[in-house]
Amino acid sequence: MGLKERVQDCLGSDIIELVEYRGDLSVEVPRTKIVEILTKLKEAEGLKFDFLSDIVGVDNSVLWEKKKAAKKKKAKGDEEQEQEPEDLGPPPPRFEIVYLLLSLSSNERLRVKIRVPEEDPVVDSITKIWKGANWPEREIYDLFGIKFRGHPNLKRLLMWEGFPAHPLRKDYPLEGQGEERTFDECKYF
Amino acid sequence: MGLQAYTGPGWLLTKAEQLINWGRSRSPWPLPYGTACCGIEMMCALAASYDMARFGAERPSFSPRQADVLIEAGTITKKMVPVLRRIYDQMAEPKWVIAMGACACTGGVFRTYSTHQGIGDVIPVDIYIPGCPPRPEGLLYALLKLIDKIQKDHPLRRQVVEALGG
Repeated sequence: MGLKERVQDCLGSDIIELVEYRGDLSVEVPRTKIVEILTKLKEAEGLKFDFLSDIVGVDNSVLWEKKKAAKKKKAKGDEEQEQEPEDLGPPPPRFEIVYLLLSLSSNERLRVKIRVPEEDPVVDSITKIWKGANWPEREIYDLFGIKFRGHPNLKRLLMWEGFPAHPLRKDYPLEGQGEERTFDECKYF
Repeated sequence: MGLQAYTGPGWLLTKAEQLINWGRSRSPWPLPYGTACCGIEMMCALAASYDMARFGAERPSFSPRQADVLIEAGTITKKMVPVLRRIYDQMAEPKWVIAMGACACTGGVFRTYSTHQGIGDVIPVDIYIPGCPPRPEGLLYALLKLIDKIQKDHPLRRQVVEALGG
């Protein structure tokens, strides 16, 4: 039985979308059930995704704007009239969190995606399943501002404490907004 | 260095400043502060094939208290800036700074929110080495330039000026 079928068997109706692209399997699941689903994937016989490679955050806002613009341009070119594309639907939730799993016994990989809306950027922490999720979750909190419920030490990881923004959000300018770290904030010595 | 040797019991005649400069310029012990790929080139310059010890940079001192030259090799992030300043402050006088590589000089390619755009506004830099990264020869050339600079220094005159409050 292929990996796709086994994942389908294991997760059943929790799957929102299951895509295979060039041999890589991605599964999108509901945000609220992420802990339960990852536990299942870790423990299910025949899957055993027991290794968490990484957790990645994605800000989709600009991507969707670009898609919309491209579609609009195409429609304009085809029919010489301005019209809103209809089949694109409402914008998807702004953020995405991607869990990259690996099964050490079968050497198979799986992407698990959840979507996180901008107005309520809270996700359950998976540090109870994998302790190694601690720092990746802190990094995502630092750079995207997504909070992890139940995380033991949710502090900034890369930027210094007191940094006023979340720099990997697409509306943050690349060159920053002139933030500087002051001497008083540095308490290493 | 304006040194005159008299025959006989072995008298040497020179100026105190020149003697001090001679000592300082012949033993500029470096504090290696490698934060990025320039650090690798610096290690290469310190190791056997380039052998920076030939010019008196004999012992890389990882304690700022026993170092004379801070070789800042690599990117300085904004998070790191107070740390760099603190390390510079911990070094005993006299002290010099070499900014090695494009990142240390100007921020280099990293014109971003996290990178400090050149260390010159945090600590006083004596020698800038461009390059990404500069070759070990570049660092040796900078060290020779620094030795020239130390030899032109007036340590006693500076102390008199400082004592007079200027």
